[in-house]
Amino acid sequence: MSGYLTLIDLRKEYSGPQGNTVALGGIRLDIERSSFVSIVGPSGCGKSTLLQIIAGLVSSSSGEVRLDGKRVVSPPPSVIYVFQHYTRSLFPWKTVEKNVAYGLQNRGSLSTRDITRRVEEYIDLVKLNGFEKHYPWQLSGGMQQRVAIARALACRPDMLLMDEPFSAVDALTRVGLQELVLKLWRELKLTVLLVTHDTDEAVYLSTRVVALSAPPSQVAIDLPIDLPHPRQQIATREMPRYLEYRHRVLAQLFRDEKLTDDDGTAEA
Amino acid sequence: MTARRLAESRIIGVALVAALLGLWELSSAKGWVSPLSWPRMSAIMATWWELVTSGELPLELASSLWRMFVGYFIGVGLGVVVGLLMGAFRVVYNLLEPLTEILRPIPSPAYVPIAILFLGIDDAMKIFMIAFASFFPVLLNTYSGVRSVDPVQIQTARTFGVHGTRLLWQIVLPSSSPYIFTGMRISLAVALIVMVISEMVAASNGIGYFILAAERGFQIRRMFAGVLTLAVVGYTFNRIFLAIEARILRWNQGYMQQLRN
Repeated sequence: MSGYLTLIDLRKEYSGPQGNTVALGGIRLDIERSSFVSIVGPSGCGKSTLLQIIAGLVSSSSGEVRLDGKRVVSPPPSVIYVFQHYTRSLFPWKTVEKNVAYGLQNRGSLSTRDITRRVEEYIDLVKLNGFEKHYPWQLSGGMQQRVAIARALACRPDMLLMDEPFSAVDALTRVGLQELVLKLWRELKLTVLLVTHDTDEAVYLSTRVVALSAPPSQVAIDLPIDLPHPRQQIATREMPRYLEYRHRVLAQLFRDEKLTDDDGTAEA
Repeated sequence: MTARRLAESRIIGVALVAALLGLWELSSAKGWVSPLSWPRMSAIMATWWELVTSGELPLELASSLWRMFVGYFIGVGLGVVVGLLMGAFRVVYNLLEPLTEILRPIPSPAYVPIAILFLGIDDAMKIFMIAFASFFPVLLNTYSGVRSVDPVQIQTARTFGVHGTRLLWQIVLPSSSPYIFTGMRISLAVALIVMVISEMVAASNGIGYFILAAERGFQIRRMFAGVLTLAVVGYTFNRIFLAIEARILRWNQGYMQQLRN
């Protein structure tokens, strides 16, 4: 166990009217610094819960999360969570620049002038110049998610945790956001942990894809993705190796959802 | 202007008010109602203007409004604080909910005698009454506002390391401000009512006292002038309040629209 982020036998149980249900049944993972890891899995496998536990927003029933060797019990300053619903996670009473400044103002170590400069820098990075004084709800969905990404990155985190960040926008906007995140990941040497239900997105973006099984979830596949960087939306997706990775991940998911037999043929 | 555009404009409402004032004038002039207790509107207006220019009415109003706003802001302040605490902490809610549900339904005039007993008939009693009555609408609306804060906003703040009082101040308070303003607007109307009632029961100045004293001295035009003043004051305050609210909550309208789409 020498990785940057280590998950040791993470379990999460919920007590309900019909007794306890086990969402996460002992997750073990070791994640390297500067890797881009996607987590996929059948619906209800607890992949979002897993991300929230890593973020220190939710506590696990047993097991532990270690970040840089230290146990995570509350949200670590070096990790920022990007939510799926940007409409709900951006503060509607704050303008774009004030939303981006929010994390910085609560770090307490920067002067007002440094904050202003940093906000400018990151608004520039996500290409939202000219929209500083707008409110989030005056922007399109893709632009709003870029505000959320700028707000997260302005704190200069080591790791981004992203919970289906591209699922609420249209297909073309999604491609734009994917490229933006890939570029920022490469340039800023971030570690990214992405939860998604989109297998293609997972394989295309990642250096490693982890598929969880149906609950009680465990790691079903842990697949290093050996595709050249920078990825290219059309060329990469046509590579035989890309298709092979995609095949393996999909076969695992479909098996869990009972959509196909073990050999990948559709059930009648 | 076409009939349709006339029906859609506010002019018809203003015209109705003008027509009723005209009817008032006519009914008094023709003696349909005894002019002794139903003076002509033009005479009431003349008396009102005299009272305003002589400074008598503004003076009475000033002492009333001073009491009203002191009471109102005490009530609003406490309502927001207690509402925030009740919304944020289950234990505070469980502690105070039964008590508020017992006290809230009591109509304000019913506790005037109690207030007189303990606070006398001076300003303290009236300010207490106004504050007490203003407290509940703000409390209940603030509580509802806190309960309706989106949990994703709270989690977002937490991921930036914000918790405790800073979380309440930075996220919960602004997020529930539309609710708080609704409570404050209800309380403003309530404060005006309780101010007049408390001054009618026991006072030596103020607009409520002025109206009642005029009636007892059979100075009917003065009495109506006092009531007219309250109409103007109530209308003006509501307008000012709405303007302030629209400015502070400018973000909320667009945000709500986005959520509906």
